[in-house]
Amino acid sequence: MKTIKVLGTGCPKCKTTVNHAEKAVAEKGVEVQIIKIEDIQEIMEYNVMSTPALLIDDEMKVKGRVPTVEEIKGWL
Amino acid sequence: MFEWIQFFADWLIYDIFGVAADTQLGEALNFFVYDTIKILFLLFLITFIMGIVNSYFPVDKLRNFLSRNKLYGLEYLAASVFGAITPFCSCSSVPLFIGFVRGGIPLGVTFAFLITSPLVNEIAIAIFLGMFGLKTTLIYVVSGILLGVLGGFVLSKLNLEPLLSDWVQKAMANSESDEDYDESKQTFWERLPAIRNEAWEIVRSVTLYVIIGIGIGAAMHGYVPEGFFEEYISAENPLAVPLATVLAVPLYANAAGILPVIQVLVAKGVPLGTAIAFMMATIGLSIPEAMLMKKVMTVKLIVIYFSVEVIFIIFSGYLFNWIL
Repeated sequence: MKTIKVLGTGCPKCKTTVNHAEKAVAEKGVEVQIIKIEDIQEIMEYNVMSTPALLIDDEMKVKGRVPTVEEIKGWL
Repeated sequence: MFEWIQFFADWLIYDIFGVAADTQLGEALNFFVYDTIKILFLLFLITFIMGIVNSYFPVDKLRNFLSRNKLYGLEYLAASVFGAITPFCSCSSVPLFIGFVRGGIPLGVTFAFLITSPLVNEIAIAIFLGMFGLKTTLIYVVSGILLGVLGGFVLSKLNLEPLLSDWVQKAMANSESDEDYDESKQTFWERLPAIRNEAWEIVRSVTLYVIIGIGIGAAMHGYVPEGFFEEYISAENPLAVPLATVLAVPLYANAAGILPVIQVLVAKGVPLGTAIAFMMATIGLSIPEAMLMKKVMTVKLIVIYFSVEVIFIIFSGYLFNWIL
């Protein structure tokens, strides 16, 4: 099973990113685990300076902006 | 450049809605339609241009530039300018802070970036342009950058490193200047769709605030008499600037909502410097940001950081009142 990680300290943009990820997973109809990482120390371990960031299977796909649902579907 | 918008506003309000041009309602409605369209148009334009700049100079690249190069004092200016071109999000300020100090960038230089970043951002620039014109916007941008340079420099002299949280100090001790970062190999045309979407997204997310701000502004514009505020907040009152600044810190609003209101305050007699000091303190310093900062520094350091910035904002308020 694939995992999507969304890194963000809980700002509106990060919440939108999680929503988009959930929508993409639902539309694609695949089993994906979505993990939210909100702790700043943990976020820093991913070497991210601008949130939100989204990783799929620990591969950095986007940082510093909200990815669209279509983009996320393309990565799944 | 904006005649077509005025033409449209006149046509919509006077011809289509049939509200007479010489009534208070007509004037307020016309002002509202004209300003809303103009501001949203400028917002899209500026966010789009900043998006292109940012696509080629992402924050990772700027950080690496600062940590690798010896700039002999100019690093404060560089960090502050980088803060101006980086889009600001209050939730990113903490990760940015850590990313900078972990890259071996001195604390004062990091603060220079952090001070300018919220003050000079694409939204503030667009609305400033629309409301006050090019000259005032340039003065605002330059003073926002100088504020970061001076603030960062002063903070660097205060030996504040011991006031950082333990884990941040540890990160500082293990700093490495070369964090890998893969540069995007996309061509200009490949980058454009994402930049355009991002600009739309920003415009969409602030539209409501712009409309509310301009709505309040339009109501005041039509109904508050000229010179109304002069009686209360005059240029001669020496306490007006510090008072406006300190009152603004607990207020938390974004530039999109606060600027249209400020424009009307200025039109009705509040000195521009006092109004800008109020605005800088509103968008540059906020309690939610301070709460986030608590994860990386002690309360004492947050208080020092805010105090230095407040002092410089008050100073620039006086300066604006004096030169404008």
